[in-house]
Amino acid sequence: MTATTEELMDLEEALARFDPVMGLEVHVELGTNTKMFCSCPTEFGAEPNTQVCPTCLGLPGALPVVNEIGVESAIRIGLALNCEIAEWCRFARKNYFYPDMPKNFQTSQYDEPIAYNGYLDVEVDGRTFRIEIERAHMEEDTGKSTHVGGATGRIHGADYSLVDYNRAGIPLIEIVTRPIEVPGHLSAAVARAYVAELRDLIVALGVSEARMERGQMRADVNLSLKPTGAKKLGTRSETKNVNSLRSIERAARFEIQRHAAVLASGGTIVQETRHFHEDKGTTTSGRVKEEAEDYRYFPEPDLVPIAPSREWVEQLRATLPELPGARRKRLAADWEISEFEMQSVVNAGALDLIEATVAAGADAASARKWWLGELARAANEQAVELAELPITPAHVARIVVLVAAGELSDKLARQVIEGVLAGEGDPDAVVAARGLKVVSDDGALLAAIDEAIAANPAVAEKIRGGNHAAAGVIIGAVMKATKGQADAAKVKELTLSRLA
Amino acid sequence: MTTDLTRRTAAELASSIASGEVSAVEVTQAHLDRIAKVDEKVHAFLHVDAEGALGAARAVDAKRAKGERLGPLAGVPLALKDLFTTRGLPTTCGSKILEGWLPPYDATVTRRLREADVVILGKSNMDEFAMGSSTENSAYGPTRNPWDLERIPGGSGGGSAAALASYESPLAIGTDTGGSIRQPGAVTGTVGVKPTYGGVSRYGMVAFSSSLDQGGPCARTVLDAALLHEVIAGHDPLDSTSIDAPVPGVVEAARAGVRDGIKGLRVGVVKQFAGEGYQAGVMQRFEESVALLRELGAEVVEVDCPSFDYALPAYYLIAPSECSSNLARFDAMRYGLRAGDDGNHSAEEVTALTREAGFGPEVKRRIMLGTYALSSGYYDAYYGQAQKVRTLITRDFDAAFGRVDVMVSPTTPTTAFKIGERADDPMAMYLADLCTIPTNLAGNAGMSLPCGLAPEDGLPVGLQILAPAMADDRLYRVGAALEAALLQQWGRPLLDAVPAL
Repeated sequence: MTATTEELMDLEEALARFDPVMGLEVHVELGTNTKMFCSCPTEFGAEPNTQVCPTCLGLPGALPVVNEIGVESAIRIGLALNCEIAEWCRFARKNYFYPDMPKNFQTSQYDEPIAYNGYLDVEVDGRTFRIEIERAHMEEDTGKSTHVGGATGRIHGADYSLVDYNRAGIPLIEIVTRPIEVPGHLSAAVARAYVAELRDLIVALGVSEARMERGQMRADVNLSLKPTGAKKLGTRSETKNVNSLRSIERAARFEIQRHAAVLASGGTIVQETRHFHEDKGTTTSGRVKEEAEDYRYFPEPDLVPIAPSREWVEQLRATLPELPGARRKRLAADWEISEFEMQSVVNAGALDLIEATVAAGADAASARKWWLGELARAANEQAVELAELPITPAHVARIVVLVAAGELSDKLARQVIEGVLAGEGDPDAVVAARGLKVVSDDGALLAAIDEAIAANPAVAEKIRGGNHAAAGVIIGAVMKATKGQADAAKVKELTLSRLA
Repeated sequence: MTTDLTRRTAAELASSIASGEVSAVEVTQAHLDRIAKVDEKVHAFLHVDAEGALGAARAVDAKRAKGERLGPLAGVPLALKDLFTTRGLPTTCGSKILEGWLPPYDATVTRRLREADVVILGKSNMDEFAMGSSTENSAYGPTRNPWDLERIPGGSGGGSAAALASYESPLAIGTDTGGSIRQPGAVTGTVGVKPTYGGVSRYGMVAFSSSLDQGGPCARTVLDAALLHEVIAGHDPLDSTSIDAPVPGVVEAARAGVRDGIKGLRVGVVKQFAGEGYQAGVMQRFEESVALLRELGAEVVEVDCPSFDYALPAYYLIAPSECSSNLARFDAMRYGLRAGDDGNHSAEEVTALTREAGFGPEVKRRIMLGTYALSSGYYDAYYGQAQKVRTLITRDFDAAFGRVDVMVSPTTPTTAFKIGERADDPMAMYLADLCTIPTNLAGNAGMSLPCGLAPEDGLPVGLQILAPAMADDRLYRVGAALEAALLQQWGRPLLDAVPAL
């Protein structure tokens, strides 16, 4: 790790003195079966250098052929981002030397992207922000280098490097925003929300799993500050390959604090790329952009221009799936909740789970109650995502049905959930095994009530005197006596009639 | 038919093999013997694959013995330019940087040749990465012109052309980026065709300048070139720039040229390709050929293509630009030469040291030219302008082909120059491709065929025929008609005059 420590300004102060301007460049690896320019498979995790051919290894003489599904995916992403789709565009070569880039140029797009001029709306704190999309273009991924030895894990100082070309040539879509200017205290959250929304959209389109931990989606966070109210943009830093939603937010905050400290002390920000360190939440300097290479872009002569017919584009537009924003609106209406409440559902990662639970027969309010309550707590305790809990929407729906039928109380339902999470089987199995059943047999309940009344004469007197709230003590005693299996409402009803 | 198998045409050899008069092994062995005898002097080959060639020949003989149908060139030997990948056979592109590399795959042209049972004798010499007009830029030493061993055989495909002229092979494959098939054809008295861009797959043909490179046939006769053209041409899904359309019927066109003649054909003489720098004997033979075309019934007019004057400078921006990018992959990481890997140099340094050691001066010159031309701030002035010139040249062709069926010119302004004569003068060297370059920029088709010996030096002169894109058949029709008429005048093939080696 580079030893330089950065001076930071307190975030509140930084935001009081400066306005952040952000730009996000997100790379999405498409989930096509084959690579962008050859027919090698793209499976994740294969033995290094087993998914390669003359083309993606850049062997002399080999030529690229465009993957049509890659183009189709790019157009669908463009359409989902409200972009215009180019009637004619070309690939371009981006020339620079790097050992993991087989041809020492990346086949990309330059001034003729396939999609441009779009936007994506994101919601933060109940407010909607429109993030303008400058372009979405197609390109190929590079190989993956592992630098062995040395202190930094980077090529400089490494003893040797290993290169895996399985990733070389995997199709990428790069989505670039226009400068994002939102109230400073929301900027990091907006950056995160944008990437989250983009990820959901990519997943909804089915073009990629967009799993950030696998590098299937990676974000570069460009950030600059300008004095509050100023017009002129400051110099930006580019924090590369930020790999989780949380890291995006942290990287943005760190850079705001770092820039502010530099600017406030009269320093200047160097235009450079920076690396984000997950462990400390800091960034360190990569290479200085001024020294960066001239990429000598020119149209790729080995490929013919792409001219998607308007019929094709319209056909793709007509067959787009429901997108996350529209889906959230529809479900919020169906479930009769506000957009703000929907936000909590989304933030908890419960949207799909609740929808599936409702589909399995639960009512929306109950489904939401269990997933955001008991289950969210359990997930939090175990530090896992909600979806990773060993309970299915069908299980939760069954529990909701049992409660609605009066066969389980809420308290018993929690025990059923505990059992399912503990791996004791599905809800019915847990109910059976643990003998959990609401006791609603009047005889059995009356015996327990009489016992409780006898044990609490003073309370019984109060109830007789019209203080119905005092019945709680009797109910509690009955619940205890029945190990919580009594139907509380029934107990209350019987108690009151006993003491009327 | 001559009893010396190496003197026969490809068409004759194919029919002799098919009829059983000779075996493919005998034909192959005769050529291997010839190579063993004369190639020390000519140096047409970088690598001779005697074992592979004899194996392929035996397979042809076995097929015939079983009564299987043979293709039109089955068993006929061929010299393959070392720019095409050959599985398990060295492919150096005439460069030290690829010394020892054994490609794991066959180029599409290689595959089609194998599938057609053509016998690949070996890999022919060339200017490094096809950059040059004399084959002096080969890292493995120059090829010599069989007409005069002190002279260049043209380039970059000098090895292919010299293999034909020295009777080491009846067929060869070349590549033409700015004239590398046609100019060697002209200076060795052989036939060379640059097909329409996209007519022959570039897959596995190591790229020099992707938008200009085109593989094509080389032979001693127009018909042989046509037979080979049909074997290697046609759509290839592995090459995005390959044309998905039927191959023009070039064999039939070559036969029709002899049978039906060219009466009524409109021929344009390019005004720009004459004057200063053109050798008198070259112009004399060229003008006689034009007169002969007229006698054969062609209508000859002059065509004006003013943009052709800018073709050479445009070419020397576009080709180096593309080559600077195409040759970036030679970085010592995955294949080929690796210099400086002694534990004391970084990967970046090893790449630099390897490129320093592995590329010759002409390749370095062009990489630097191209890197400069593509640089930010210069792109518009150089690469951008050159692309505009390219459009203008295409328009000149379009306008001319609105008036004429084919155009003609000398293939190259002079006959073969002496080895070393232009080696230190790149501009003089570049002028050898003056007449051939416009066709590469426009992507249409061209042929060079021998039209006589220059009186002053007794060396071959080439006539260039140009046809519109996808009208390659016209080249063969005109070429075959003219070839037949010339043969009648001469009484024997021009190549019969090649001195014994």
